[in-house]
This record gives sequence, structure tokens and C-alpha cells, in this order.
Amino acid sequence: MTTTAKPTTARPDAGAKDGPEGPESPPKPSSGAGRGRRSGPAHLERSPLLGRAIVNLVLGVFVIYTLAPVLWLFFAATSDADALSSARVFSLEDPVLWQNLRELFATDGGIYGRWYLNTILYAVVGGILSALISTACGYAFEKYRFRHREKLFGLVLVAVMVPQTVLALPLYLIASQTGAVNTFWSVFIPLLFNPFGVYLARIFAEGYVPDEVLDAARVDGAGELKMFFSVALKMLAPGVMTVFLFQLTAIWNNFFLPMVMLSDQKLYPVALGLYNWNSMATVSPEYQLVVIAGSLLGLLPLILAFMLLQRFWKAGLTAGSVK
Amino acid sequence: MSATTMTRDAASDTVTAGRRPRARACALLMTPFFVLMAVVFIAPLVTAVWLSFFTQDNAGLGFGEPEQAFVGLRSYAAVFTDPTFMNSLALILVFCLVYIPVVTVGALLLALLLDTGVARLRPFLQLGLFLPHAVPGIIAAIIWLYLYTPGISPITRALAGLDLEVNFLGVSMVIPAIVNIAVWTSLGYYSVIFYAALQAVPREVLEAARVDGAGAVLTSVLVKIPMIRSSVVMVLLFSMIWTLQLFTEPMLLSQATPAINSRFSPSMYIYDAAFTRNNYGLAAAASVVLMVATMLLSYGMTRLTGRLQRQEAS
Repeated sequence: MTTTAKPTTARPDAGAKDGPEGPESPPKPSSGAGRGRRSGPAHLERSPLLGRAIVNLVLGVFVIYTLAPVLWLFFAATSDADALSSARVFSLEDPVLWQNLRELFATDGGIYGRWYLNTILYAVVGGILSALISTACGYAFEKYRFRHREKLFGLVLVAVMVPQTVLALPLYLIASQTGAVNTFWSVFIPLLFNPFGVYLARIFAEGYVPDEVLDAARVDGAGELKMFFSVALKMLAPGVMTVFLFQLTAIWNNFFLPMVMLSDQKLYPVALGLYNWNSMATVSPEYQLVVIAGSLLGLLPLILAFMLLQRFWKAGLTAGSVK
Repeated sequence: MSATTMTRDAASDTVTAGRRPRARACALLMTPFFVLMAVVFIAPLVTAVWLSFFTQDNAGLGFGEPEQAFVGLRSYAAVFTDPTFMNSLALILVFCLVYIPVVTVGALLLALLLDTGVARLRPFLQLGLFLPHAVPGIIAAIIWLYLYTPGISPITRALAGLDLEVNFLGVSMVIPAIVNIAVWTSLGYYSVIFYAALQAVPREVLEAARVDGAGAVLTSVLVKIPMIRSSVVMVLLFSMIWTLQLFTEPMLLSQATPAINSRFSPSMYIYDAAFTRNNYGLAAAASVVLMVATMLLSYGMTRLTGRLQRQEAS
């Protein structure tokens, strides 16, 4: 997909007016036609060859910086212990990736598979639910008028800024009062709360769902709730996807909350499991290869999601950056 | 909930019968979020503030109900006179002073270079730069931990080949080592934000700068950067909030180096106070301090953004 096309490219006046109007156009699936507008041939002619070489060289160095560690992880996952401990992971003489993966799923009674399923459950199911909850709320903020609306929305924005570490201890105490500590729900429920998603959804509702469409549906006699589910939600689908992806990543990355809540290893997500194994690797190095293979598998879904669904991430980035 | 107290909407005046269903729909659509907010945000927040004014005495070997005693501001006094907490704040300050300029300038440079129009393979470059942002924090920390570990790391081996002995996990290198992980994770993310903002800079302005004889560098510094200053402030805000919460990276690195103690950052201090020392009052007070600091900084920065946006608009 061409990544130079962005919602903001279509905003001739955006520099002058950066109000909270959100993305002008929904990210269209086929919007690959737009090229960076200053990349015309006239511009190229003006640039001296040397300048062009330096620009590309600097960019190249930065891309090596960002990509090399991930590549190292991949090669390390295909190495055996000798290659790893002698820092010679880049030789591809006899890759042992399968052997490492088999080892990964055999260590500690195959608990890694369990962690992986847990993570998918926390992140995918949680992400979908969270996206729907946030979208419904953001849509209602945008499309209905009521007293103290902006004050209530301000409260949602305040919630975005409160660090998660601040809430962890009281959440733990509340969970232990209600007997929820060390259960699936103690991690699953708090991670459904996504105030930033409400903020994004409000912007998307403003941009994607014209009031006229809702009024027309009302004239046709549609109920308000049915209207949300059958009319608005379809128009908001790209926005829901964006909110979902942000929350998926946030839950997949989350480490603090499970660490506070969970003592039963069987409930761990991958992040916490790898953290534990890595602490064992400091005393028994045979865990090193398992941690490396587990890390590689642990980041693959997110990288795939990011590569396949780029336009949704970018819609969120650009919407978030024009607040 | 105030969502139920709908005021008269101009459009619904004509259809008075349509007002109540609207109020009900609005309330129903908002209820799941606000119920969640009450349970996992407001209740913990109130609990944290309440706890910070009380101590919990686990009277006699855990028998009987723990007793709550009101101690006023004593927990706050304890936090502020605890040198380890002040150290963690000082560390965050140093971290901010190193990390924020590096990542902001780096991301600006990258975005401006991408925006020059001579960059090749831009989709690939953007993807490559953005990729680390998709790597979960703990996995990024694991990768870099191995890249810092002597014997395993190809970097230390290459440096040793040049007769350079660098211990990335030593006391003097530990802050740069964590800053590097943070920069690696966020550089591409911020540069994509800047690049998106740059693409919205009106073409006429750049054309005018060119006619006036400004070169690419001058145009970037004098025209482009001022025009995207609200994005710059937003990145400053994001990176500052992120720094105040610093936890995952030092927590993981602390497994491998004694240079990071268990109260290295404020968040680690809170974790240590709450779950290692079981001093809930102290942990709650430190949490409230961290929260107030974050909100004051965020509020200041958003005020600044608002002012910049009004300047841009005029």
C-alpha cells in the first residue's frame, strides 16, 4: 500500500486552522493514488545530486537503526546456544528455528501456548469489546446534546492523562476485596477502559456520520438505538477498526496490570511470562533461547496487524495529532 | 448520570415525541463506558487518595480486621523525605532532559527529510521507521537487553574489535541505555506524526519561501517547523507523560544489572512500596504525587498548545 497518501494530504487549509475537526476524509481503501505533493519532477531537478544522496543516506542509517534489532531477534531465534553466546547469530549455516520453537512449546510443560492464547483472549476479545464501548460513547457525545456535555467530555480527557501505575494499587485492593484478584477478569475488565478511544470515536463520528443521514433515518422512523447499530456503526467501521487496533496494541503490550493482579502462571499474558522467564535466564542461561523464540512469536501478530492495516493506524495518528 | 438530563435540541423541537427516545438512546450508548469508568477509574482514584491519608495496621500477625488509622499528611511527608523517592524524581528529570530533546529533534529531522521529496522508497522507509512502535515494550526491552549483554551482543563484540570496552549495563551507561530503548521505540511514531503535519503545510507558503531564495534547510527551520509547532508540543506532551510512567524498561533491565535498583523510577517506587514493602499508605501518597505532577504538566502543555493553535489561526 502506498503510504504517502494520508487523510491530511487533502487539507489545504490545515496549517492555518488546526481546530478539532478531525480527519477530513475517511481513510479509503483505494487511496493509493495520491503521491506526496512536493515530489514532482520539478522539485527533483532543483535538488543537487549530493543533497539527494545525503538525505537518502541519513534516512537509510535511521532505518537500519530501527530494523536491525528486530532482524537480530529473528536471526537469534534461528541460532543455537553456541552461536548466541559467541555473538555469531547472523550465520545461516544450520538454522535451528524449528528446534527452538519446539523447545519453546515444551518448556515448563508447554505453558507458552497457554500464555499465547491468554494474550489473544485479553487483546482480541478485549479490544473488540473496548472498541465498541468507546465508539458508542464517543458517538453519543458527538450526536446528542445534553447539559454539561463538554464538562463530562473533559472528565474523559482527564482520564487519558492519569498514569496507569497510579491506579494499579487501588485496583488491586478493590479486586482483592471482591475476590477478583488472580482471575481472568481482574486483567480483562480494567483493560476495556479506553478514554482515548472515546476521544478518537467522537472525532470519527464528526467526520464520518453526517447529521443529515441520521435525520433522514429518523424521518424513516428508525429507532435511535437501531440507527446507531444499523446506520452509524457501518459508517464508523474504519474508525472502530482504528480504535480496536490501538487498544489491541495497548492490551498486548500491557505488563503492569497482570504483574500486579496475577499470581497464577496459567493466567499470564505473553509479556508477563517472558518477563518471568527472562529473570530465570539470568541464573540458568538455557532459558535465553526460549525467551528469544518467545519474543519473536510474541511480536509477530502486532507487526502483521500493523503492516496489513496501516491506513487505520495512520488515521488514528493523524486524528490524534490535530486535537 | 447527566446523560439522561437532555436539554431541548433545536432539531427535536418540532418532533417533541422524539426527544425522550433520544435521551434514552444517548444514556444507553454511554452507560457501558461510564459504568466501566466508575469501577476501574473513579473508584480506584478515590481509593488512592483515601489510602494516602490512612495507614493500615495489620494488627497482630494478620489476625482480625486490619485497622485503619487516620494519619493526615504523614504519608506525604514520608514520601517527600524519602531520599529514594526524590532520587527517582531526579532520575526522571535527567531522563526527560536527555530523552525528550533527542527524540523530538530526531523525529523532526526524519520527518523533514522524508518531506524533502527526494527520499526514495518512502513507503518502505515509513514502514521501517514505524516498525519498532509495533514491538511490545517488554519485547523491545528484551531485545536491547541482549544487545547490551557482553558475549551475546554483536555490538559489544564489534566495539571490542575496535578496542573499545563499553559496558552498557554499567552505572554510568544505564540511563543512556534506557533512553536508547525509548528512542528506538518512539522515534518512528513521532516522525510519522510530524510528517503528517508537514504534508498539511500549504504549498503556497513553501513556494513563497522558495521565491524569496530560501534553501531547503532554511525553509525547514524558518517556515516548516513553526507551522507544525502544535504537533511539536503534542509530541513533547506525549513523551513527557510516557517518561513519568517509566516502568517496563528499567524493570526488565534491573534483572540483569545491579545499576538499577527496585526504586529506580517513581512507578517502580510505587510498585516496590505497595507490593514489596506492603506500605499501602506510602504507595498511595506516591501515586497521588505522581498523578498530580502528570496532570499539572499535561494541563500546562495543553494550555500552551491551545495558545499556539490560536496564534496559528490568527
